[in-house]
Amino acid sequence: MLGKPIFSLIRLLLIGALVGILLAALWYSGLFSFLLNPTEIASATDDLLESIHLCLGEGCGLLDFRLSRELIDLIFMLLTILTLLPFLVISLVLIVVVERKVVGRLQDRLGPNRVGPYGFLQTVADTIKLITKEDITPRQAHRLVFNLAPILVVVPTILVLAVIPFGRGMYAVDLNIGFLYIAAVSGGTTIPVLMAGWASRNKYALLGAMRAVAQLIAYEIPQVLSIVGVLLLAGSLSLVSITQGQQSLWYVVLQPVGFLVFLLSSMAELERKPFDIPEAESEIVAGYHIEYSGMKFAMFYLVIFFNPFLVSMIAVALFLGGWEGPLLPGYVWFLLKSTLVLFVIMWLSATVPRLRVDQLMGFAWKVLVPLSLVNLLLTGLIRALARDLKLPLIPDQLLLFLGANALMIVGTSLVYLLYAHRGRAQAPASLTAS
Amino acid sequence: MELTQATFFLIAGGIVATAVGVVTLRNIFHAALLLIACFGGVAALYVLLEAPFLAGVQVLIYIGAISVLILFGIMLTERVMQPEQTARNEQWWLVLIVMALLASALAFLLASAPWPISDQPLVPDQIAGLGVDFLTTYVLPFEVASLLLLMALLGAVIIARERGPEEMEMEKRPAGDPAERAP
Repeated sequence: MLGKPIFSLIRLLLIGALVGILLAALWYSGLFSFLLNPTEIASATDDLLESIHLCLGEGCGLLDFRLSRELIDLIFMLLTILTLLPFLVISLVLIVVVERKVVGRLQDRLGPNRVGPYGFLQTVADTIKLITKEDITPRQAHRLVFNLAPILVVVPTILVLAVIPFGRGMYAVDLNIGFLYIAAVSGGTTIPVLMAGWASRNKYALLGAMRAVAQLIAYEIPQVLSIVGVLLLAGSLSLVSITQGQQSLWYVVLQPVGFLVFLLSSMAELERKPFDIPEAESEIVAGYHIEYSGMKFAMFYLVIFFNPFLVSMIAVALFLGGWEGPLLPGYVWFLLKSTLVLFVIMWLSATVPRLRVDQLMGFAWKVLVPLSLVNLLLTGLIRALARDLKLPLIPDQLLLFLGANALMIVGTSLVYLLYAHRGRAQAPASLTAS
Repeated sequence: MELTQATFFLIAGGIVATAVGVVTLRNIFHAALLLIACFGGVAALYVLLEAPFLAGVQVLIYIGAISVLILFGIMLTERVMQPEQTARNEQWWLVLIVMALLASALAFLLASAPWPISDQPLVPDQIAGLGVDFLTTYVLPFEVASLLLLMALLGAVIIARERGPEEMEMEKRPAGDPAERAP
């Protein structure tokens, strides 16, 4: 009886060592940073071309292929895109199977365990199934809008990936409107959802879409407001500058309430379990993507499963120091931290039961929005005070921020204890009447 | 330079085409979707003018908020989803007059403006400068705008508020003598 766990432990260690060796080899070969750093690779190739040019001498006209600066930039832009898209697909394959395993374990099940070792090839099998499935369009559906929605729904996900700083110098672009870009682009998710729900000509799809849009609008406000505190601290909108500003202290220490509000409202934006009213299986089957099958469904599936990882990466860049960390290279730290945040999201969604519609809206408007507004006010006050009195960051400002956050938590708890029993006994008349 | 101009004409053509689609399409949901594409074109123009902040705000507010509210309004309005709904009613000539006046005023403005071209370079930190201007030179309009939005928010809450049974009773009761109707 003792032999089996020890045997599996050894196997686990062996697999871990193998993965570690692989990662180390990749790090030392400089493959990751080389592929993701356009400026570095551009200069390297420029040197290469320069030397080829010199080697061949001035005379050989046929082999004289010195590229212009713009062309080299274009090629490396394409290379960056060709690195980011496989990253999306490969991490998606892993995320889906890990999520199903983790949620299975948390719910006292085994999760997928048939295809491949430990069931880790389940997603591959599922993908093949989705590709070969019949593509069904309902006869009543509006074809153009119906087919456009699954294409447009992936666009915000891919666009946000462009500004994620994976490591030092490892980003596609460093926009100076950084977070505003993320907020603007991810706000574009609502329209494809509404299009899908409307074009399907299915009442469940339309209901799901309308629920989704109401929820997305409501939770967008605390999500953006909770970040403004971090923007005040960093004095910049760019994700790279925000990450660099956390070298001495992670912003999660200064903004714990902001981090909490961001995580919760992001989970609502992602339509994860406690906030999954838009696709509540037991009420409206699957919501806005009910009529989709095959690859069109796979597009929605991609967004549903990849966006939590995207939100985790944004949370890491904004609150958890991004690529900062000892010993290991930056991108390893970044991906480790993101995976940890993703695990917390999975954990919460596997354990917390679904909210009712009125509770969902009440939680956004009565808890998260006021809390993020108070957080913004206190952060601004402390920053102004620190600027005028020239307080140092580490002891003085840190204590002020911790005090302010403790005040907010105590205040929220007091309000909850005093007023939570009201309206808790039953749903409002409009919900129970039907 | 030619590339920039070509891009401008491409975007401008897209904006005009989608705008025409918005007012002529008979299916109002499609019109709203084209309006979103039109807003996106305007954001692209801002990007072309090297004003990324304006582009971001354009997408965030017009596409992220206003268009979605329009779509909501369409979906919550009865019978508006039917494609046989006509795009004009009996007041069309009144609107035509007002719009003709507006168009002529705009045309006059466009024709008489000198269109100066500044030779100064772009400010390196646009967003910080914008923020400082909002809270110093333009603090009054900035605050008035936020006050207006707050009032609209409160008004919406008061209109949409769910009334309890006793409140409904209070509203039905005539203003004169409440004691008479009380049991």
